[in-house]
Order: sequence, then C-alpha cells, then structure tokens
Amino acid sequence: MEDIIVSVLFRTLVAGTPLLLATVGEVICERSGILNLGVEGVMAVGAVVAFMVTYNTGHPWVGVLAALIVGMIFSLIHSFASVTLQANQVVSGLALTMLGLGLSGMLGKPYVGKPLSIKMQNWEFPFLSDIPFVGEILFKQSPFFYLAVFLAFGAWFLLERTRLGIQIRSTGENPRATETQGINVSMVRHLCVIIGGGFSALAGAHLSISYSKSWIEGMTAGRGWIAIALTIFALWNPGRAIWASFLFGFIFVLQYLLQPLGISPNFLAILPYAATLIILLIISLKDHRKLNAPAMLAEPYKRGER
Amino acid sequence: MKKIQRLEMVDISKSFHGIPANKNINLHVESGEVLGLLGENGAGKTTLMNILYGLYQPDSGDIRINGKNIRIHNPLESISHGIGMVHQHFMLVQNHSVIENIALGYKDTPFFFPKVSIRKKVEAFSKEFNFSIDFEKKIWQLSAGEQQRVEIIKALLNGADVLILDEPTSVLTPQEIAELFSILEAMKKNGHMIIFISHKLDEITQICDRVTVLKKGEIVGHADTSDTDKKALARMMVGRDVIFNINKEKIERGKKVLTVDRVNILGDKGNMAVKDISFSLYRNEIFGIAGVAGNGQRELAETITGIREAESGEILISDKDITNKSPRHIYDEGVSHVPEERIRFGIAPGLHLYDNAILKQHHLDKFSKRMFIRYPRVKDHAKALVKDFKVAAHTINTEIKNLSGGNIQKLILGRETSDQPALLVASHPTYGLDVGATEYLRKQLLDLRRQGSAILLFSEDLEEIFELCDRVAVIFDGEFTGILDADDPRLCDIGMLMAGTKRIDIQDTP
Repeated sequence: MEDIIVSVLFRTLVAGTPLLLATVGEVICERSGILNLGVEGVMAVGAVVAFMVTYNTGHPWVGVLAALIVGMIFSLIHSFASVTLQANQVVSGLALTMLGLGLSGMLGKPYVGKPLSIKMQNWEFPFLSDIPFVGEILFKQSPFFYLAVFLAFGAWFLLERTRLGIQIRSTGENPRATETQGINVSMVRHLCVIIGGGFSALAGAHLSISYSKSWIEGMTAGRGWIAIALTIFALWNPGRAIWASFLFGFIFVLQYLLQPLGISPNFLAILPYAATLIILLIISLKDHRKLNAPAMLAEPYKRGER
Repeated sequence: MKKIQRLEMVDISKSFHGIPANKNINLHVESGEVLGLLGENGAGKTTLMNILYGLYQPDSGDIRINGKNIRIHNPLESISHGIGMVHQHFMLVQNHSVIENIALGYKDTPFFFPKVSIRKKVEAFSKEFNFSIDFEKKIWQLSAGEQQRVEIIKALLNGADVLILDEPTSVLTPQEIAELFSILEAMKKNGHMIIFISHKLDEITQICDRVTVLKKGEIVGHADTSDTDKKALARMMVGRDVIFNINKEKIERGKKVLTVDRVNILGDKGNMAVKDISFSLYRNEIFGIAGVAGNGQRELAETITGIREAESGEILISDKDITNKSPRHIYDEGVSHVPEERIRFGIAPGLHLYDNAILKQHHLDKFSKRMFIRYPRVKDHAKALVKDFKVAAHTINTEIKNLSGGNIQKLILGRETSDQPALLVASHPTYGLDVGATEYLRKQLLDLRRQGSAILLFSEDLEEIFELCDRVAVIFDGEFTGILDADDPRLCDIGMLMAGTKRIDIQDTP
C-alpha cells in the first residue's frame, strides 16, 4: 500500500512539473497585461527543439538551453503583434499555438520512433533521498521539478518584492499611469511575454527529454491550455500556482489509478480536461471583482493617444 | 536653491489628426510663482501640459529651462529635469498600496525590497508637509483628496521644482480644496513653481499670481490676478459676456411622480453604497442631489433606472412599484435617463447618429414593425432632433462618435425628452461641456420642468445645482445629510454637508 502511495505522489509531482512551469510563465505574462494563448504552441516548439538538440548532441542540458532560447525568440511573434502592433491578443495567441503545433510536427517528423539514448537523468540527493517516504517522493525527481519549484518562488519574489515586479504589476493594472511615471510600458510587456515563452519552452523540454524519451507529435496534449486555466485558478499568484499545478498533476495520475477499476481508458483520458472545465466554471461563479485579475489584461496600450 | 529658476514654452504647436489643439503658445513661469492656466474644456490646456510633461511631442516650438533649450521625449526626462505633474484623472494604480504607487515612479527605488526603504523616506517627508495618509491602504480605499496628496508626494519626492496641477479641485470638497491651497502656499514659499490648470474663475483669482487664458488652442490674454476681475477673465475665456444667472420662474409643483422609500443599494465593491434613502419628487420640480463623486449617486441613479438592483426598499412611479424591474419596463413607465459617462452608457459610438436617436425606443410601434426597423421614420425623427436641439452635425448618416461631447449630449437629451417623460434622471448632464452647450442644456431642463416633467438632477457643480433646482439634497457616504429648499439660507453650509461634517435633520417629505 505504501508503495502505491509513494508511486502516486511521485508521479503527481512529475505530471505537475510542466504545468507549473507553463503556469508561472503565463502568470508573469498576464500580470503585465498580455494574454498569451500561444502557450501550447511554444511548449510544442520547446519540446521538439529540446529533443532534436539532445538527440544530436547527446547533452540534455544543451537541449534545454536551446529550447529556452528558441521558445523566447518564438514568443517574440506574439509580443511583436500584441505590443508593437497592438493587435488583438486572442487572435495573435491562437495563431502562435497553431504555428507552433504545425512547426513542431514538421520538425519532429524525422525523429518519430527514435528514442533518445541519453535522457535527462533524475537527481538523487544523497542522504535526503534515503529518508523513508518523503525522500523517495521529493528527492529523486527530475531536475525540471526542482527548477519549476525554484522558479515559482523566484517569480513570486520578483513580482512582490522587487522594483521590476511593481512595474510589471502596474503595467497590467494601469499602463497609462505607469508610463507617466517614466516607465517604458512596451519594454516591460515585451520582456514579460519573452520570459513567459521561456517558461513554456522549458515545460515542453520536460515532456520530451525527461518525462518521456521519445518524440511524439502532439505530445503536449493540451497542457498549454490547462496552464492558461490554471493561471486563473491560481488567481495570478505564482505561489498558488504551485499547489494548483500539482493538484492537476494528481488528476493526470488519477486516470492510470482508476484504470484497473474497469473504466474505459478513453473516458479517463478526459479527466484533466473535464476538471479544467469544472474549475473554470467554479471560478466564474465567484465574484469577479474578488478575482483580482489584472485590470488591463488583454487590452492593447497605445502611447500618446487620448 | 531650486534647479529651475525660469521655465518657458515658446511657440508651441500641436495637432491631433489634423485638428490643431495648440497654436503658437508662449508662456513662462518663475520660481515661487503660481501661474493659472484658464480656459474652457477643450481649450488645449491639458494638451499643452502633456507636452511639457513629455507625454506628447509638440509639432513645433521649444521648451526652455533657465533660458536653455531642452527636448523632452518622455515623462522620465521631464521628471529628471524637475517637472512633476498631477493629472486630472489620477495616475494611480487603484489595486496597489500607496507605497507601491510611490515606489513605482521614484527614481531611487532599490531593486530588492523596494517597499521597505521607500516607506522610511515617505514617512519623514509627509511629516514635513503634513500629509496624513495610511501608506498601507490600497488607493481605492482613499478619498479623492488623499489620492491627490499621494500624487503630490510622488512628484515632490522626485525633486519636482515645477508642479503642474490639472484641474486639481474638480473632485474635492470645499474643505479639501482649502487644505490643498495651504499645501500650495507652503510650496510657493519654498521656491517651487506651480502651474494651476482650471476653468473655475474663483480658484484662479484666489491662488494664482498670474493667469494665462487659452481659447480654442490659442492664448487670448495674460493678466496679473491682482489687477483683474472675474468678469474680465470670463470675457477673455468665452469671448463674450456670460450670463451667470438663468432666470428661473417660480412654478407650483404638481402631483407626486417618484417615491423612493428606504432604499439600500450595494456598490461594486460589495459595500453598502446607498443607505436607507427616502425622498419624493413632484411634477414641475427639479430635485438636485449634490455631493462629491462616489458617495452613492451613481448607484442611486442606476437603481431608479433599472440598471442595478436594490437590496431593500421601494421605488414607485406614480404609485406603481418599479423596484428592480427591467430598464425597458421602467422606461415604458415614463422614466428617461441621461447617464453619466455619456460615451460609455449614453450612445453606441460606432452606430450612426440616426440609430442612436432611437436607442431604447426602437421597439415602439412608431419606429418598428414586427422585426423590422422603419428607417424612413427613424431618419425623420433624427433630423427633427438635430434641428430642435441644435446638434451640430453635417449629416445624420455620420457615426455618432465623430460628434463633439456637447453635441452628443444634446442628442441624448433630445432623445430622452422627446416622449415627454414623467421623470428624467440626469446625471452630471453638463459635465465636461463648454459654456455655450452648458447654458443650452440647462435651459432645456428648465423647459422640461415647465412642461410638467419631474427632474432628478445629479451634479457636482454647485453653480448648476443652485441655478436649476427647486430642492436640493446633499449626499455623503450613501446618506442624505440634508434636504433643503433652494432658497433655504442653511444651504450656505453645503460644503460642510458634502463633507459629512454637518447634518440637517430631514423633516421632509410629506
């Protein structure tokens, strides 16, 4: 019994890791007032780039770095459209998702069915991992897990305890007031979209070189969309994003857990998505003013207009 | 010793989409001086100051500090030159605390833990100028006067020698205005220079040393306030003598139209915005509700017209219960509404003028048959409104957003009164309009009163309240602090009533 619990909790953290990375990225992006619906696409591009580079160089960390850089550059499409051109952010984000999914499928074609010889190894902390129960769950995880939790706390610190954080949050709440204080609203928003893209790409890299060790087209499987829902569920707070992501990680594991009970696996596969729907429903029933959504989310800001 | 001894703007011109907002403006300010910038709405005062603050770039002209030409490309440069600005609509992040708002713009905010170090600076600073504010509070929890003080702290902390105040008194109570003026006097003694933008003659003559008058983007006069009077300034500003008194004839009030009985209404933030308010309103009567914005006026107007629900209480129109009925039902009972924020709630900006002329009436037989609109009739109606209400529009086929605020408001008033409403709810009907349009709209309201309608007038403009109303209620924090006849001598305490520091027992209303 204890083995099962350990294994379930272990896998919960594994499944929650990409969600946490992508959610924290989207939180930073949305706090600056930019809605990025391109998470799924950036994630797919990050996954395929990480896989390709790791496959060809044999170094997973080089793959991670490559995914990070490509993800950031790829997100520039969205920041250019939504910040520089002040285009509709929903349209531009959807375009990014479609482009990303298509591009990753094309680039990944030659790699289908070719597993990695070296994948990202899990870290085993000496002594700590020997602690019964806790050690086995917490201290034998993929480096991505530690990175995700560290970055979530880092993002919280950035937003709440630094000057740049005040600037980011103010930009999302009232860009005009922010600009009158001498802050370059466009730069802040570009920066946040790019950072957000980096996070999404890391989430993708986790899927292709740590979670699994082969490339499958469409392996992001809607996790980017779940991350956007989790951003709302976490009330735009990176701290809350941690437990929200791992809660959903648990729901991913739940489908395997329930399979022995004779429920159709196809039906179980809809669990995380159904849960997303239910949670958005519950959130939307709440008083909107208490949600604390960034006031100017998804509103383009035009300088010098009156 | 201040960095700036003398500030000049030379030959400044600026136009938006080909329409000039400023034409060849020249002005200067010296250390220890308050310069008034007087002009009607749309005269170009704010545009000019936004140029000085770096928000807009001038098409031509120079800015000089101590005789040296400088270019100001953005607010950051303007701040570093020692220029600070308090905008009419405060540039504050409502959901953030006072400290966070100050840290946002302060140039020496440290990267890590900004709030901790800023708090020390601000507390010392606010003692010096006697600002009393709780720095942990969120901006939306502060009164307008407190928010303004936050703005002034922001500017001074950045070392502003020149402080630009854009319509600083428009949201303040008389007491708060007095407090502001004493702060300004202290700053003046300190060697600061202040540019005070206003269209209120009283304030300009009271606080300013010199005044520059703008009209339609051009300077029409300079004067020392010590050797000029209000009449002369008004003439300069408007270009003709203004009638400061509209003749209001005495009319006996008629039958009771509106009864509001112990109504409670929740505000947007879940607070009780209107508390237990009762009053009645009669035919041939204008009932004014005076008060500083945000004391429950909007909620009350919205509830009477059906946009917001009352928590408890009753609202009757000619003895029919309309509490929490739909807006259309209430409209059909004869209640019209001239809403505040006319662009957002009064019109559909992208539709044609003629479509906007029948909003809320499109379902009436005279404008539609089954599911089709009878456009010939609609257009005739629109043409008649444009003519009767002197709306300046080349054609009724234009999108209504192309009209000026005054003309949009004339059309709205025409639309709302074309069916002889039993009750007209008018919220700030002349807010932001020029003197000509204001005068015209006020006359229309008086005409409507003569024709037998009841009018509920919400206004922050005391001059308007005194000019038009038969009875005046003063609202503070969701409660009436008094209901008085317009000729009641106790109305001279209206400032105290508006600030909630005084109450007159309400023996009204039979």
